[in-house]
Amino acid sequence: MPTVSVKRDLLFKALGRTYTDEEFDELCFEFGLELDEITSEKEIISKEQGDKKAEGASDVVLYKIDVPANRYDLLCLEGLVRGLQVFKERIKAPLYKRVMPNGEIQKLIITEETAKIRPYAVAAVLRNIKFTKDRYDSFIELQEKLHQNICRKRALVAIGAHDLDSLSGPFTFTAKRPSDIKFKPLSKTKEYTACELMNIYKTDNHLKHYLHIIENKPLYPVIYDSNGVVLSMPPIINGNHSKITLNTRNVFIECTGTDFTKAKIVLDIIVTMFSEYCENQFTVEAAEVVFPNGKSYTFPELAYRKEMVRADLINKKVGIRETPENLAKLLTRMCLKSEVIGDGNQIEIEIPPTRADIIHACDIVEDAAIAYGYNNIQMTLPKTYTIANQFPLNKLTELLRHDMAAAGFTEALTFALCSQEDIADKLGVDISATKAVHISNPKTAEFQVARTTLLPGLLKTIAANRKMPLPLKLFEISDIVVKDSSRGPAFFPGRCAEVFARGQSIGKLGVLHPDVITKFELTMPCSSLEINIEPFL
Amino acid sequence: MAAHAPGAGSGSGCSGAGRDTPSAPGAAMADGPVADVLLRRLEAADGGLDSAELAAELGVEHQAVVGAVKSLQALGEIIEAELRSTKRWELTAEGEEIAREGSHEARVFRSVPPEGLAQSELMRLPSGKVGFSKAMSNKWIRVDKSAADGPRVFRVVDSMEDDVQRRLQLVRGGQAEKLAEKERSELRKRKLLTEVTLKTYWVSKGSAFSTSVSKQEAELSPEMISSGSWRDRPFKPYNFSARGVLPDSGHLHPLLKVRTQFRQIFLEMGFTEMPTDNFIESSFWNFDALFQPQQHPARDQHDTFFLQDPAEALQLPMDYVHRVKRTHSQGGYGSQGYKYTWKLDEARKNLLRTHTTAASARALYRLARKKPFTPIKYFSIDRVFRNETLDATHLAEFHQIEGVVADHGLTLGHLMGVLREFFTKLGITQLRFKPAYNPYTEPSMEVFSYHQGLKKWVEVGNSGLFRPEMLLPMGLPENVSVIAWGLSLERPTMIKYGINNIRELVGHKVNLQMVYDSPLCRLDAEPGPPQTQEAA
Repeated sequence: MPTVSVKRDLLFKALGRTYTDEEFDELCFEFGLELDEITSEKEIISKEQGDKKAEGASDVVLYKIDVPANRYDLLCLEGLVRGLQVFKERIKAPLYKRVMPNGEIQKLIITEETAKIRPYAVAAVLRNIKFTKDRYDSFIELQEKLHQNICRKRALVAIGAHDLDSLSGPFTFTAKRPSDIKFKPLSKTKEYTACELMNIYKTDNHLKHYLHIIENKPLYPVIYDSNGVVLSMPPIINGNHSKITLNTRNVFIECTGTDFTKAKIVLDIIVTMFSEYCENQFTVEAAEVVFPNGKSYTFPELAYRKEMVRADLINKKVGIRETPENLAKLLTRMCLKSEVIGDGNQIEIEIPPTRADIIHACDIVEDAAIAYGYNNIQMTLPKTYTIANQFPLNKLTELLRHDMAAAGFTEALTFALCSQEDIADKLGVDISATKAVHISNPKTAEFQVARTTLLPGLLKTIAANRKMPLPLKLFEISDIVVKDSSRGPAFFPGRCAEVFARGQSIGKLGVLHPDVITKFELTMPCSSLEINIEPFL
Repeated sequence: MAAHAPGAGSGSGCSGAGRDTPSAPGAAMADGPVADVLLRRLEAADGGLDSAELAAELGVEHQAVVGAVKSLQALGEIIEAELRSTKRWELTAEGEEIAREGSHEARVFRSVPPEGLAQSELMRLPSGKVGFSKAMSNKWIRVDKSAADGPRVFRVVDSMEDDVQRRLQLVRGGQAEKLAEKERSELRKRKLLTEVTLKTYWVSKGSAFSTSVSKQEAELSPEMISSGSWRDRPFKPYNFSARGVLPDSGHLHPLLKVRTQFRQIFLEMGFTEMPTDNFIESSFWNFDALFQPQQHPARDQHDTFFLQDPAEALQLPMDYVHRVKRTHSQGGYGSQGYKYTWKLDEARKNLLRTHTTAASARALYRLARKKPFTPIKYFSIDRVFRNETLDATHLAEFHQIEGVVADHGLTLGHLMGVLREFFTKLGITQLRFKPAYNPYTEPSMEVFSYHQGLKKWVEVGNSGLFRPEMLLPMGLPENVSVIAWGLSLERPTMIKYGINNIRELVGHKVNLQMVYDSPLCRLDAEPGPPQTQEAA
């Protein structure tokens, strides 16, 4: 769940009132947010690096707010405030408009070389915007939040924002050999080739995580203006030339990626959030993107979609009895402008471009329920009549567990994942004979394989409890994982037997081989019985 | 499995039972020979006698005399005993050594021969460091720093008096009072002496004093019952402060005791248990069937254990797979879909299931194929796996509890009603619900309960109505809703048993004593305040 950090006083100023921490926490809860932490920059630094380093840091109160993973429209102060103000019926949801420029439309031309690496791009212009320090920080932070979440750490989409007045269109989105790309990147003072940059960023704590996306490709994506100025080398870094500052008035935004749908959503979110600060509030200047096949599209889409949902469906899914008019009002409070139409039971809902999370009527039902207040819904019991059954394997397990304990054995609970050594070498069995299931991405040796026998877990439990008085008598009834039947552990010669029940072999018992005991760092004799209980079902 | 002491069969060997129980109930009365002697001495004594002195005279542990005093006290007015505390000086272990071997400075002095000794060599002696500085300040020795082979130590006097040893020997002989206050405190500062408080009894004759105490019966025997002799015999009072002897027994694991209770609750509520006996699952059932898109972060290598062998699931229900593919990539069933290129290869990837909802999806798919539709209530409690960073509350494997109800016309209000009943059975009555986001439920709600100890609302579970994009491709009727909720088994268990680190609860490193000692699990009955009962 993404966490958005906002300055409390700035938030309250935007909300037009103040709250106590408890009141604001309550509001968040009702709306589906979580006030996760109340802190300050000073406190954060002090916690992470000690009081010394925190000296002089800002002690402005910060609210850290957890936002649901599908609500990209709440990832910045602007969006949070808008959502809460509409929810509290203090403002109406704005209508976002795409407008054509007075002069020539900005063009982004995609060349076919991008097809193999980053085939999609969308763009838009924020005209006559007015930044302040806080707005600028929020603008940068929103891009970062989007990069981390919907953009899947820039793999699916990467965002670039540029000072349009420093550039001259049309722009070209192409892909070139790394050695052929050379530019001055953000916050560097000289030009580097793409190869050099990839090397430099290997040690950059922020950027090193994105290098793998293009690192091994023959061609790197790059965007130029008509004078050959590099806007960005997505998804790694922008050029320094077109860097936006507090004084930037016109912003050119490009989103490139491998997922067209998400690129369009990301662009819509950025422009809807920050067009608030444009001279013509909530209007966004269109840009044209020409694809390699010659087709051209205008962005941002800023599409409003109409959905029709019957009032009784909402009532039936939530378990309430509200009039269609009331339901329409509830939905409107969730930024879903709604009205009753037709036979008086139909509600027409307008899905704004900020709410890409609404993909089905059930999403609309949820918003109605949130606005109604989850905790105002009458709790009722369903009349569903059913006869309960236990899963036979678990039923037998429960019976056996109790009798094992009654027989003096203590129940262990060990891990289903273990090392190859645990199930093979230590038991005197070759790994190939275990028929084990192997994990492809274990972080440590403890998670290499799924256990093929319960024995290693029990022996390790004993090894960790050597200080306990003897005898130790342990048991475990749980699942093992084998591709097909496997070989058991090594026993002491002449001191082991195979167990047969109902005509089939179900396991083995015996005194463990001293080599097995030693490999588990034990010194005392151990005997074991391991059987499959499935034949008894 | 059993690890046993060499040569000992199960049940025998050093079981250790009773090692913490010096006296079993009824056997606390030490009215043996010591008590007899005590009574006889007391008869002859003038006024009374001291328990410590008697112990010294008899050459027995003081504790044995105390036991005799207590057992005689329990018989009534035979004796009177007054608790006295006296202070005494005793030697520390180091003090004992010095009394025996001489002080460190004396030992240093003695080891310096007339021709002197290299200081470096002297310092290597056991008493070297401490003894050197003391002997220097006593002016017994001197150091010649100009010696050829480095500083050399020489005697200053021919002989000396080891006062420290002499004083300690006095104390050892019980004559500590012969030392001056200052001398004692110096020895105490050097940690050679310590003052101990001795609790002794001053014993005198009681109003019913007698040397012949009639023997009390320890236990009621079958003979006494058949002969009726129990009517005339005195019985020893029980010592109810004794800890008792724990019987040898096996023990169930606390987490699985809680699991049993949760199973019981579901069964009481009419829920049928789903099969969950497959740790290995395909990405299809674990994610795709739940309408969780293929680029979802949970499907990342960092979050999920994928299999190297067998890497791919070969058998998938292809008809259904195609409906799922269409719903993801193009939408349908009233949904816009996610509009991306859905790949079968991705769905085939085998993994260790990350949630039991994979098993619920299979169960609902089986349900959908049975016509006509019949309402169900399902539950499961089983292990799931996450390739997460491990900490005090997260392990790579944990248990999930899941409840599912499918019926016509179920509502969010029904979900809340079922949750209320379920949590009431856990002893949790104060609930509230917060809107939340889950990829496969809509509406979704997190369940919070008010924690009396923490004085705040804490999350106790997650819930919702399964999305139509998950249910309709399975073939469930359109007006059937499925409500579901889930929680972990570990968290309520840790709260119940007061365990803060999950590693102390699960895995091979747990202390078996914790398992031995874990009490009954009664989820709906909070343990009352601890009560101490005095023995009557």
